[in-house]
Amino acid sequence: MRPVSYSRVTDVATAIATVAADPTSAYLAGGTTKVDMLRIYAEPSQRLVDINDLPIDHIEVQPDGAVRLGGLARMNDVALAPVVVDRFPMLSEALLLGASAQLRNMASMGGNMLQRVRCSYFRDAEAICNKREPGTGCSAIAGVNRGHAVLGTSPHCIATHPSDAAVALVALDAMIHYQNSGGHHAVAIDDFFLLPGDTPEREHPLNHGDLITAIEVPALPAARNSLYLKVRDRESYEFALASAACALTVTDGTVSEVRLALGGVATKPWRARKAEHVLRGAPATRETFTRAAEAELADAVPQTMNAFKIELARRTIVRALETLTARGGAV
Amino acid sequence: MSTAIGRPLDRVDGPAKVTGAGRYSAEIALPGLAHAVLVTSRVPSGRVELLDTYDAERAEGVLAVLHHLNLPKGGSVPPLLPSLFGGPASGQTFFPMQDEVIHYAGQHLAMVVAETLDQAEHAARLVRVTYQETASITTVEQGRDRAYEPEKIFAGFMPGRTTRGDAAAALDRAQVTVENTYHCAANHHNPIECSATTAVWEGDRLTLYDGTQGPNATLHTVAELLNVMPSHIRVVTNHVGGSFGCKAMIWDHPALAALAARAVHRPVRLALSREQMFSSVGHREEQEQRLTLGADRDGRLTAIRHHKLSPTSHFDDWAEPSLGVASQMYACPNYEGVYHLIKANTMTPTFTRCPGEASGMFVMETAMDELAEKLDLDPLELRLRNYAENEPTTGHPWSSKGLRDCYRRGAELARWSERDPRPGTVRDGNWLLGWGMASSAYPVTPPGGPQRARARIFADGSAVVQSSFADFGTGSATAMTQVAADGLGLPLERVRVQYGDSDLPNTAAAVGSAGAGMVSAAVHIAATALRDQLIAQAVADERSPLHGADPRQVVVGDGRMALRDRPGTGETYAELLQRSFMADAEALGTWNPPGMETRAASMTFGAQFAQVAVDPELGLCRVRQLIGVFDPGRVLNRKTAHSQLMGGMLWGMSHALLEGTIMGPDGRWANASLGEYLVPVNADAPDVLIETIETTDTVVNPLGVKGVGEVGMVGTAAAIANAIWHATGRRHHKLPITVEDLL
Ligand SMILES: Cc1cc2nc3c(=O)[nH]c(=O)nc-3n(C[C@H](O)[C@H](O)[C@H](O)COP(=O)(O)OP(=O)(O)OC[C@H]3O[C@@H](n4cnc5c(N)ncnc54)[C@H](O)[C@@H]3O)c2cc1C
Ligand code: SF4
Repeated sequence: MRPVSYSRVTDVATAIATVAADPTSAYLAGGTTKVDMLRIYAEPSQRLVDINDLPIDHIEVQPDGAVRLGGLARMNDVALAPVVVDRFPMLSEALLLGASAQLRNMASMGGNMLQRVRCSYFRDAEAICNKREPGTGCSAIAGVNRGHAVLGTSPHCIATHPSDAAVALVALDAMIHYQNSGGHHAVAIDDFFLLPGDTPEREHPLNHGDLITAIEVPALPAARNSLYLKVRDRESYEFALASAACALTVTDGTVSEVRLALGGVATKPWRARKAEHVLRGAPATRETFTRAAEAELADAVPQTMNAFKIELARRTIVRALETLTARGGAV
Repeated sequence: MSTAIGRPLDRVDGPAKVTGAGRYSAEIALPGLAHAVLVTSRVPSGRVELLDTYDAERAEGVLAVLHHLNLPKGGSVPPLLPSLFGGPASGQTFFPMQDEVIHYAGQHLAMVVAETLDQAEHAARLVRVTYQETASITTVEQGRDRAYEPEKIFAGFMPGRTTRGDAAAALDRAQVTVENTYHCAANHHNPIECSATTAVWEGDRLTLYDGTQGPNATLHTVAELLNVMPSHIRVVTNHVGGSFGCKAMIWDHPALAALAARAVHRPVRLALSREQMFSSVGHREEQEQRLTLGADRDGRLTAIRHHKLSPTSHFDDWAEPSLGVASQMYACPNYEGVYHLIKANTMTPTFTRCPGEASGMFVMETAMDELAEKLDLDPLELRLRNYAENEPTTGHPWSSKGLRDCYRRGAELARWSERDPRPGTVRDGNWLLGWGMASSAYPVTPPGGPQRARARIFADGSAVVQSSFADFGTGSATAMTQVAADGLGLPLERVRVQYGDSDLPNTAAAVGSAGAGMVSAAVHIAATALRDQLIAQAVADERSPLHGADPRQVVVGDGRMALRDRPGTGETYAELLQRSFMADAEALGTWNPPGMETRAASMTFGAQFAQVAVDPELGLCRVRQLIGVFDPGRVLNRKTAHSQLMGGMLWGMSHALLEGTIMGPDGRWANASLGEYLVPVNADAPDVLIETIETTDTVVNPLGVKGVGEVGMVGTAAAIANAIWHATGRRHHKLPITVEDLL
């Protein structure tokens, strides 16, 4: 493992000041991504500032029905919080279908948003990789890319965004709250995750030292009829080959409200706006669902080993919509 | 009479393992211990142009950086002989760090030794290697044009080509044929414990703590590699966290650990990383098989032609014997089996649980299912029509064969006759359900030489039985305790088995599912020899109540010798020994296995059934039930035997649906981690139903143990593939069968 130094902070201001002051430093939350990165030499030597004592692990219901999840709230605590289970089942399910129980007890919501890609070339410190070393090239394009993305890719990077929770949060229009020496800020989650373009090393708009303090999920009554469908080779403990976070309301046989986002197939948690557009106001039938899925995947770009993901993503969308329709999305 | 054998006794090593008290080879704490970390080749072919160790040597805690320019040369690389033979058992006839030539990616190029593991790992990253890369071949596809037919495979033990009758002519005449090409991905063993050796020199004596299936295999191999007298080496194997074949042969790391320890004059631990496990301890090779079955309209096989193409290393003609059991399964007069090899830039492949049996029987048993479909016959009926009453290649009788009973009982448990034979007819929501079956068989191979154990009883009537074998998670230490207790006529709690140490009486490596049979033979012979010795002493002793009795009429139970028909007359071992002022008594037991010339063929047979659910829209296959009925001869411990069979069946499921190592275009294994090399998790494990059929086998070994270590895997993949066909109407000719295949 890389040599590291370690310190522990107990208040937000000190945390920010400490990290901001040293470009080689970084926050350490659950460490389930960070420590891995250091062990496999995918990130440079660092001074770790442990933030686990900061008072930002709350799960709070706001007067307007929004739920605020602290940056240090643990994945399992969020997944099992009654308010999340009742109002945002897709988020609870996305969390519970991720990682393992042990990891979810350690891993924080803020860390989850900032987890690194699973591309094996990114994680192999000696391989060529634009994300790790900008401008060197992308090994995955001519390499083993079964797990890579088909949406939002660029000639510079095709790595899939790994988070499940972020997919649900993107469907729910969550806001990411962060703090720095300049004060409190918030950014819409869909703007938080960046496409690789020609700067795959830049995954989000945060600057060094910015601290995620909370994720706010606005009230969305339609989310009570929602689900997270995750398709993968084995039953558990694997990232998605394709996933869909979906909320659906059907009124008199017509889709009146829908939220849809995809995971496992795109370079960022993928809000399926084209599909939503087809669905809204259309009859809740398999035919519509298929058309919506096709519209969303129309621009998908297959790589040498992952063409199946395009069809899989379509079918995942259709299955999610059909399941919710059958479950009583009808009002 | 037997009281302990067969009982589902809990593992004697269980508490040590689950409490963490048991020490694995990478956990041996020794004063002054230093840590070695390997630097491996990034490229599959070429030369090391420059090995820059400047920064590494100056890094904190570094004691030495060893490589081809400064590593002291030792002895010679022994030939590749299976460790079951009991001698040196090098996994490949290549030893690294002797020159700058690179034969495969992951080849060991240098070794950094430092005070701590973290320091050694860090310094290993600082070694900079410049390569002169040359063109490489690492896959079947790349090497197809260069394939050759080896004279022998499998370390020279099996012919490259086997024929009986005239397969070509018979195929021409066959009324029905089934012909397909099958592809099986490479596999890696992935036991939870990565291989590790801790080496300690005391003068010219070497002790190795090594995670191995055979302490003596390590001893003999290292002795040759380092040119050290075997008498000066001791190998200790306390606990082993699984092997599945990757610790069956001896790779370079034990010798490298010893060389490193010699270089720094300190004990050294060399532990492989998970990633290094993919290119340091062998693998199951990628393979393509082409199988043609010919039959008459009644379903009687008239011809089998089975060809295999696979990559091997530059050094050895290795192919796992995929044609072996598949050629012995059914009565068929005409047969042609041929291996083709490709010299590739990989290390020498090796034994991987069911080496050849799993891949070959996947092919044979899916083809049989297709043949049944073509003939409109029940797949089980087809197998019965081709039942081999004798071993088909030699005509020899089987030492025992309970397969008919296995089929019958398995079909009963699976309610086979109740299924609708038409594919694609049963639905459960989004899932299509299907049933499939396959035959299983795994050969019983005797070890190469005598197997030994020593039994020693103390004056208090407690006993220790010693033998060098390793328990690598199979439960053999527990089963041997039962064998020893019965042989001695002692209660279990008075018997301790000591094992995992090459200083103890010699056994070969426990490989090829042969461990239980051969070690139990030695333990049984030692224990009964000691029992008989004490009975003889008692009947000769005037002070004994048994004085003058016919020793054959004396039986022992609970540590007491007594007359069979007058149980009141007798005395305990303790009474005899104490009266005689003997602190202990001991006997050596030697089992000479039947030679290769035995005129009987031996296999453990089985019938396997699977129920799967396939969601064809999402490309998912989940196994709902696995049923296996086997005829393993004598079962030494119902619980550990059951666990072995269940583990094998789950391995088979994994082989069918999950496991595959992918060779990247750069000539490196692309998914060398447990995150990406998928093995099943608990949630994947279906309901597993296992039964064994009682068979008496008087040929294989004294207790009639045929073995359970691997046979559970053999038929599983085919049963699952056949069930997928039954669910969906689609055949799959590859392993693993994944989402993209099922969509
Ligand atoms: C084996 C394995 C399987 C996994 N499977 C899944 C899965 O199926 N689905 C899934 O979604 N995820 C999965 N994960 C990823 C896991 O969810 C993330 O590793 C975890 O959420 C990261 O949280 P953490 O608290 O451990 O972050 P850390 O590892 O502590 O930090 C991650 C990064 O975020 C930064 N950081 C942390 N907190 C903050 C903050 N408040 N503000 C600013 N920066 C911060 C750190 O500096 C670091 O760069 C898996 C991980 C592992 C190891
Ligand atoms: S896909 Fe992205 S992360 Fe992977 S090698 Fe290419 S640039 Fe690097």
